[in-house]
This record gives sequence, structure tokens and C-alpha cells, in this order.
Amino acid sequence: MERADAVRDRGTDWLAGGGPDHEVVLSTRVRLARNLQGFPFSIRAGVDDRRRVLARVRSAIEGGTSLVEPDLLEMENLDSGQRRLLLERHLVSRDLIGNPDEDAPPGAALVLEGRRALGLMINEEDHLRLQTLLNGLQLVQAWQEVDRLDQELGGTLPYAFHHEFGFLTSCPTNVGTGLRASVLIHLPGLVLTKEIRKVLQGISQVGLTYRGLYGEGSEVVGNFFQISNQTTLGKTEEELIDHLARIVGQVIQYEKQARAILLREAPTVLEDKVGRAYGILSRAYTLPFDEMMNLISGLRLGLTLKLLRTPRVETLNRVMIFGQTAHLERMAGRSLDDADADVHRAAFVRRALAEDEEAARSAGPRRDLDLPGGSDGDDER
Amino acid sequence: MRCDNCGEREAEIHLTQIVDSELTTLHLCSECAGEKGVPTQVGLGSAPLTDFLAQMEKGTSDSALSVEAEACPYCGTTAADFRRTGRLGCSQCWAHFEPKLRALLRRIHGSTQHVGKLYLGAAEEDVGVDADARIGTLRRRLERAIELEDFETAADLRDRIRELESVE
Ligand SMILES: [Zn+2]
Ligand SMILES: [Zn+2]
Repeated sequence: MERADAVRDRGTDWLAGGGPDHEVVLSTRVRLARNLQGFPFSIRAGVDDRRRVLARVRSAIEGGTSLVEPDLLEMENLDSGQRRLLLERHLVSRDLIGNPDEDAPPGAALVLEGRRALGLMINEEDHLRLQTLLNGLQLVQAWQEVDRLDQELGGTLPYAFHHEFGFLTSCPTNVGTGLRASVLIHLPGLVLTKEIRKVLQGISQVGLTYRGLYGEGSEVVGNFFQISNQTTLGKTEEELIDHLARIVGQVIQYEKQARAILLREAPTVLEDKVGRAYGILSRAYTLPFDEMMNLISGLRLGLTLKLLRTPRVETLNRVMIFGQTAHLERMAGRSLDDADADVHRAAFVRRALAEDEEAARSAGPRRDLDLPGGSDGDDER
Repeated sequence: MRCDNCGEREAEIHLTQIVDSELTTLHLCSECAGEKGVPTQVGLGSAPLTDFLAQMEKGTSDSALSVEAEACPYCGTTAADFRRTGRLGCSQCWAHFEPKLRALLRRIHGSTQHVGKLYLGAAEEDVGVDADARIGTLRRRLERAIELEDFETAADLRDRIRELESVE
């Protein structure tokens, strides 16, 4: 049971939702790449090197940092299901957990502070990947958390540092600051108004990059985009963070304008989209992940425009993460093939939406909101 | 080449991105690219690493005995290894492949000079940064911190500058 319990609800505190600009931004992530002097980078490291790197970092962590009661999870001590849970929560990379069907890479480990997503990966592509994940748009806060941890670990560990190139990394795209900051942003308004191309094009012209939120397929799903800095060298960390924050701030404004225009010019189209999304999610008996993500996009939009009263944003966040296959398998207590997973996913979502409806109903009489779905469901009257 | 998405039309847009050090290339027809919200003009210049690696390939064939053909003396990584994986094998590789890397860094980052955090833990070791350069960088960070109204960082930076100045 101890093994089964190792992953628990780790790294999920940001799912509570909220945070600055939460109507548009889901989460903020910052990571720093660092390597230790005297050890080859991971691509050239033998098993012994990897274990020695892990031992050095472990003693640095045990020596004391500002992390409150940190836990160190060695990938070799986790089964493949547990490793996939961490992956689905965006706490580890595919690199770190290796092929889920094979033994975990030796020496690969994840350090986390309690339920928070603050910590580091050990023996990833670089020896250290310090990282944090916060709700909403909190770039400065996230940078400061990671910077502090870096300051502490750098006081004990011998980092590979070059007077010209800065912090040395295995891939030249990360060298210098080793900083990658990214913001997970929801842009249904820009997609619906067909302004998204222009905006994304603008983003790639100012030294930033974007990609979709990859679900189990590899497509942009649910109008979720991750925007991050492309360069890591020649600017200070604060400049990189500030630049990203400014551009994201602009994108948020565009998105809000787009939503206002839609609400004014095409309210019926919006209500229809939101209502249909709620209808399918609350009644479907089989639900592929990508379809779920696209429908959740509709509900999230409906909530921020007050076209819906339930579910809570937190529920949508949880469904996005816990509605992935490894999480469904953990709930089911067995492995699921694709078709089974779709059935379990549908049941999970139906239950989550019904619980929020129930909670809202018992919380008191509803206000005069136009509720697609909601508590006036047909089977109660 | 067929479109990765529909598998029918000819792929016209090749979107290569380096995100979290993963290289992904998506080949799409313009219709599918439009549907996915991919701007059709991007791609040019967004793949400096692949372009560069391809160039390196050309360069080495006519100078097979050049310095670059030699493996890193510490980890054994060769230029061919680097071309194949895009990854260096150890921190010494950075010195070994330095001339080529400088050109690559200019293409990727538009710069070769780190101006961010200094590694203070190595202050007494040979990191090749003199106190003036160190203070210059810290001052630049201090200005930024004040601009961003990040006074906690600013105070910390001020302390570190004072410390360095008193040593001089
Ligand atoms: Zn196509
Ligand atoms: Zn090397």
C-alpha cells in the first residue's frame, strides 16, 4: 500500500483554480536547467554516474533547503502506472520516466514539496530541472520560487558554469539562464473569432513560442495553448520573465475583447456551444480524451461569461488531469484499453458535473441565470 | 509529403518548434494548419537548430580531418553525435566545440554572452568572471528589479553588489 500511495495527490494544489487572470490563464510554469561539474550530461552518463548525481543531489536536499518536508521519489521505486500519473500531472517529462513499459531509468527522481508542484527532476536531460507550477498568471512569483531553490542548491552543489555561455546544458537551446517559463492559456474567443492565427503569428515574431496542450493525441485540443520564451541566452532572467508577462498580458486583453464581441454579436451561437458542451458532458457514456477537452473548453468559456452556474472551475481542472487514462486506471484499479478508458472517462465526468449541480442546488435558490443543463435537468421535474 | 493530419493533401507548412528542448516537426497542408490555428508563415527561422545541424553536415564532408571531427577528450562525443542528437555530452564539450557553438548560439539566441544569474557558489573557483563584470551584471539586474518593482530581489542584489565592491 505504501508503494501505491507514493504518488497520492502530489503536485495537484494548483488545480484549485483561481489565481491572477484565471478567466484566461490556467497555470504558470517556470523551470531552470542545471548540471553538475565533473559528471557527463545524461546522454553520456553511465548508470554509476547517474546514481552518483542522485546521491549528491539527495544529500543537498537533505542538508536543508526552504522546501517544506520535501519528498524524493525515485522512478525505479514506482510502477509504470504511478510514473504515468506523474506524467499526466505535468510533474515529470517523458524523458524522466522512460518508456512506461520498461524499467524506469536508473537514478531518475522527482523531488516535490508536499502537495505543491514545486521541486526538481533529477537525471532528466540535464542533471537538474528545478520547476514550479502555479495557478493563474504568476510569472514573477514562480520565478522567485525557483530562483530561491536554485540559490540554495547552488550553494552546495558544484554547477557547470561558463563565463561566456552561463549555465551549461546538454542542449544549446537551453544554455545561459537555463530558464523556460510558460503559461497555459485558454483562447476560445480568439479561435471562434478567427483571430488566433494573427495572435500566434505575432507571438512567434517576438521571440516567444507556443504549442498546443498535448493530450493523448498530439493535437492542439480544447483551445489551450502554452506560450513560452524561446531564447535563454543574452537576457537576464527578469527580462525573459517580464517580456513573456507583457506579451501574455496583451494576449489576455485580445481574448477578453474577443469574448465581449462574441457575447454582444452572437450570444445565441455562444449559448448554443456552451449548452451543447454541457449536454454532452453530462449525458455521454463514452468520451474520448480530445473530445472531452474540446467540450471542457466550452464549459470554461460558459463559466467565465456567466452563462453557466456549475461546474466549478476546480472541477474542470481536476477533470482535465484526472480524466486521463492513468488516473482513470487508478480509480478503476485495473488497466483500461482505449474503449474502456472512454467509458470510464464519461462516467467520471458525469459524476463530477452531477456533484457540482447537487452542491449548487443545496446551496440555495438559484439566481436568474440562464442555465443550460444546470439544476433544471429534465429528469427531476 | 502528405499532410500529417488529413493524410490527403500535400503538406505545405512544416512547423518546427523547440519547446522544453524537444524538437517537434509537424507537416500540414494549409487547410489543416488553418483549422489548427497554426499561422502559415511561421517555420522560417523557427528551426535554427535543425538548419544549423544540416549545415554542419555539409561543412564537415570536405574537411574530414578538421578539429571538429575529433571527439571531445572527456566524454567522447563527436561532431557527428552532436549533429544526430542535438545534445552535447559534457560541460567540456562546450569548450571543445566552442567555435561552432558560438555560431549556433547566435542563430538560436541572437547572442553568446550570458547576462543572467552568476553562479556564486563557484565564486572562488575558476569561472573566469572578474569582479567588474560581475558587478556590471548585478547592476543591470538591479535596474530591472527596480523597474519591475521587485524590491525583495533588488535589496538582495544591492547587498551582493556592496559585498563585491568591498572586496575590490
Ligand atoms: Zn491536411
Ligand atoms: Zn564532452
